[in-house]
Amino acid sequence: MTDTTSTSPTPAASGAAADINAVSLSVNGAPYNVAIATDRNLSGVLRNEMGLTGTKEGCDDCECGACMVLLDGQPINSCSYLAIQCQGREITTVEGLASRDDLHPLQRNILAAGGVQCGFCTPGMLMSAHALLETNPEPTQEEIRIGLSGNLCRCTGYAKIIEAVANTAAETPVAPPSAG
Amino acid sequence: MSFTIATSLDDALAALADGARPIAGGTDLVVGARQGKDPLPQNLVAIDRLGELARVEVTDSEIRIGAGVTHAQLMVDASVVDHCTAIADAAALVGSPATRNVGTLGGNVMNGSPAMDTGAPLVVLGATAELRTASATRTVALDELWTGPGQTSAQPGELCTALVMPARPATSGSAYVRLEYRRTMEIAVVGAAASVTLASDGAIESLRVALTAVAPTILEVTGLDDLSGSTVDDGLLASVAERASGQATPITDLRASDRYRSKMIGVMARRAVEAAAMRARGEAVAVPVNRATGVGAAE
Ligand SMILES: Cc1cc2nc3c(=O)[nH]c(=O)nc-3n(C[C@H](O)[C@H](O)[C@H](O)COP(=O)(O)OP(=O)(O)OC[C@H]3O[C@@H](n4cnc5c(N)ncnc54)[C@H](O)[C@@H]3O)c2cc1C
Ligand code: FES
Ligand code: FES
Repeated sequence: MTDTTSTSPTPAASGAAADINAVSLSVNGAPYNVAIATDRNLSGVLRNEMGLTGTKEGCDDCECGACMVLLDGQPINSCSYLAIQCQGREITTVEGLASRDDLHPLQRNILAAGGVQCGFCTPGMLMSAHALLETNPEPTQEEIRIGLSGNLCRCTGYAKIIEAVANTAAETPVAPPSAG
Repeated sequence: MSFTIATSLDDALAALADGARPIAGGTDLVVGARQGKDPLPQNLVAIDRLGELARVEVTDSEIRIGAGVTHAQLMVDASVVDHCTAIADAAALVGSPATRNVGTLGGNVMNGSPAMDTGAPLVVLGATAELRTASATRTVALDELWTGPGQTSAQPGELCTALVMPARPATSGSAYVRLEYRRTMEIAVVGAAASVTLASDGAIESLRVALTAVAPTILEVTGLDDLSGSTVDDGLLASVAERASGQATPITDLRASDRYRSKMIGVMARRAVEAAAMRARGEAVAVPVNRATGVGAAE
C-alpha cells in the first residue's frame, strides 16, 4: 500500500515486530527518528522515547490539557493523538519555549503573576497561551479564556494565569499593519 | 496493524478498499479506543492531509464543505459563516481549541452520535453526504445515513468526501443553540438548529428545525409547513417550541432527565428560530449564538 510518493511510515527493518514503524518527526526544531507501535500516543513517545518530560499526562482522556503540545503550531491533546500520525510534522513542546538562557516571556510572566502552584498544568497552559498569542497578539479577556478553555488547573483559580497571558500580550510590541 | 498516511484521495480510497478505516482528527476514534470503547481498527488510513477534503466551495447552486474541514476552520470560514451560519455556531462549541484544531466535519457526521453538534445544522440546511469508494460516488440523505446511535448506513470502504447543501436565498438565516452546563468541553444536553427563509413581507416562507440529543439520531421536527405565511412572533415561537418538545423522545442519563430534556428542547428550538430569523433579516447575531443569547453565559 505504501508507494514512493506516500509519506507512510515504513515498517522497521528485520527483527522488529510487524507492528513497529519507523517514524520521523521534528520536535522543537530537532529531527527525531523513533521505532514505535501504531497505537502509541504522542505524549508517551515524547516522554519515554525522547525524554521530553515537560509534557504531562493528567487524564489521558482529552479532558485536562496537561498534555497540550503544538502540531504545526496548533494546540492538540497529545495524550490522545497517535504519534505515527505526526510523521514528517513539526511538534513544539514546553521545552521549545525558553531560549538557552532566558525564559520565554509567558514563562516569566506566569511565575511573576503567581500563576504556578503545583505546576502540573503549567506546560499545557503555556502551550495553549503561546499558540493563542501567535495568532492573536492582542487577545481580549474572553479570547484568553477561550484559548485556555481546554486546560484545567486545580490550584490557581485561573485568574493569575489569565493575568500572565494578558501581561505578556501587553509587553509584546505588535507589529503595525504594513501599509498598502 | 497498518497505518497509511494518504497523500491523495486515490491513495485513501485504495487503502479503504483494502479494508482500512479512515482516521481524520482521531478525536472520536483514538479517544474512544483509549477509553476502551472500541479497540483501534487494525488498519487505518489517515485522511487529514488531503487538500481535496479540506475545501469549502460555493457556487450559484450549492455549498460544498469537504469532510476534512476542521471545526476551527468552520467557525471562521467566511463562506460557512455567511451561508451556513448554524454550522459555524455548532463548530465553535465543539470541545476546546485543541479538539477543534483536528476534529473534522466528516468525523462528526460519520461518528453518528445523536449528540453531534453539526448534525442538526446540516439537516436544517438540507445537506446530503457524498460517499465515495474507489469505483463509485453516491449521495445519501442524512436521515438515511444515520441509522442509530453511533451507526451509519455507510458501507465499509466508503469515504465521506463532502457535505453538500443547496444555495439559499439572501433572505435566509440559520442558527444552532445548545444547552450546556459549562461553556466549554461540554456535550449537548440538548440542542436545536433552525433555518428560516423570509418572504418580502417578512413572513415565513420556509422553516426547518432539527434537534440534538433527544432521540437515537438527529431528529427533524415535522409538520411545520402550516407555519409558512406566519410572522415570527411569540405565538409562532411558542408553537415551534411545543412541537419540538412533543416530538422529542429523549432518554434519562446522568446529564439530564428525559422530562428536563423535553422541556428544554422547546426553549432551545425557540431561541434557534429567533436567531435564525434575525439573521434572515440581516441583523447581526454573532457566532456562536450561544454566547450572543446568553445560553451558558458565565458572567
Ligand atoms: C474533548 C472532546 C470534546 C468534544 N466535544 C464535542 C462537542 O462539543 N460536540 C461534538 O459534536 N463532538 C465533540 N467531540 C467529538 C469529536 O471531537 C467530533 O465528533 C469530531 O468532529 C470528530 O472528528 P475527527 O476528525 O476527530 O474524527 P475521527 O475520530 O478521526 O473519526 C471518527 C469516526 O468517523 C470516521 N470517519 C472520519 N472521517 C471520515 C470520513 N471522511 N469518511 C468516513 N468516515 C470517517 C472514522 O473512521 C471514525 O469512525 C469531542 C471530542 C473530544 C475528545
Ligand atoms: S492528559 Fe491529555 S488531556 Fe489530560
Ligand atoms: S498549578 Fe496546579 S494544576 Fe495548575
